Amino acid sequence: MISQTPDSQRIVLTGVGLTSPNGNRLADYREALLQGRSGVQEYEIRYVGKTLAGVCDFDELKYQKRRAVRRGTRAGSIAVYCANESIIDSGLDWANVDRERVGIYIGLTEHGNVETENEIFEISGYDYDTSVWTHHHNPRTVANNPAGEVTLNMGITGPHYTIGAACAAGNAGLIQGAQQLLLGECDVAIGGGVSESIHTFGIFAGFASQGALAAHEDPTRASRPFDRDRNGIVVSEGGCLFTLERFDDAKARGAKIYGELAGYAMNSDASDFVLPNPKQQARCMRMALERAKMGIADVGILSTHATATSSGDIQECIALREILDRDGPTLVNNTKSFIGHAMGAAGSLELAGNLPSLEDGVCHATINVENLDPECDLPGLTLHEPRETKGIDTILNNSFGMLGINSVVVIKKV
Amino acid sequence: MTREEIRGEVLEILKDIAPDEDLSNLDDKASFREQMELDSMDFLDIVMELRKRHRVQVPEDDYVELASMESTVNYLEPLMKDIQKV
Repeated sequence: MISQTPDSQRIVLTGVGLTSPNGNRLADYREALLQGRSGVQEYEIRYVGKTLAGVCDFDELKYQKRRAVRRGTRAGSIAVYCANESIIDSGLDWANVDRERVGIYIGLTEHGNVETENEIFEISGYDYDTSVWTHHHNPRTVANNPAGEVTLNMGITGPHYTIGAACAAGNAGLIQGAQQLLLGECDVAIGGGVSESIHTFGIFAGFASQGALAAHEDPTRASRPFDRDRNGIVVSEGGCLFTLERFDDAKARGAKIYGELAGYAMNSDASDFVLPNPKQQARCMRMALERAKMGIADVGILSTHATATSSGDIQECIALREILDRDGPTLVNNTKSFIGHAMGAAGSLELAGNLPSLEDGVCHATINVENLDPECDLPGLTLHEPRETKGIDTILNNSFGMLGINSVVVIKKV
Repeated sequence: MTREEIRGEVLEILKDIAPDEDLSNLDDKASFREQMELDSMDFLDIVMELRKRHRVQVPEDDYVELASMESTVNYLEPLMKDIQKV
């Protein structure tokens, strides 16, 4: 039983720092989710023109100087903001924390596209003279950039790196942080995901070419997973980084604990570049539950990955039908219907928005479903309005990505 | 450009690359590094911006000439005398 696991081998979430298109603090974000407030707006980007996106309005200068913002990347600024907010939220006595024992593990869908596109656009004004290509290009585009910017900003001398995991990255960063704590590589882990993807035209153009970019006259209604009339993904920026600690450490300092990572799993489809494989998704959910020593009946909320593409939503629903009990207690929701697809940040943001459920027992809804796709008619699907329960003890959070990468985390109340 | 115009151009570049600094009381004779937070990447920014904005090439051996405002203007004056201020 999980209760027999030594406290030093149990990982808990003690801080949350986030920026989402509809909130820059967990409390505001949660309120937006409970009130049905979307964060999607009209957006314009070079070459593609007018489209839609989830845009964050956090104050970059809250923790960074202008010089650092100019020199770094948007992903770096998002990471710096989220990491600082997370550590403050954790209540750690930061001034006395041994920074060599802090590790940064940030999930990314992609990195470097924004900076490379910007620079190519810049030198196009100089007849593509590469002698004016910026010397900031390499430090901005190295794959560890957002995590490295956090270390520079916060004086952290422990390990830092990013985890490239497509849209499963938000969970993957959390999992990596937990694993490093279990290995004793650090005593405090900052893990989760960030995304600056709305600043690369390529991601919009790529989804458009794939027939998977959302369009709607009302931006707030554009992201509509499970709706029969969905027409694709709304790309968003954002970030969410959790402060993770071993349970004995958190308990010893009397930390507020959001929840415990009871189980997790990652696996691969090995079947297609883009089309998800429901068998492997279901397998990933089962592995996470097995590690948590739980059954689906123990799960109060299942947070879906569904992005509002026809094939993706339906494939995930096939997997979910394998897992869910028709008459079980599990409620199912989707956060992308509010904020769009925050790419590398999606997994961690979607978990964060559900975390308060462990305290208040409320499951936030899935919005924008006007005509439920019969193939997405899942048991427990919570539509339109939040649902109050007698209590939520466990959340299962799905996050999947291209090239068939699957990640699942199970968080339980402590 | 006149010396004063060149100084103005360099000041604009400094404002862009060191946006947190108050440059209103810059001492032209003292080194930039004594007066503001600048590292080697920032100095490369000065070189790059001169190249981009004015097509002035500063070879690596001459970077030492960019130590202070006065030495920078002294160095740039012959290179920029035929450039018209936009």
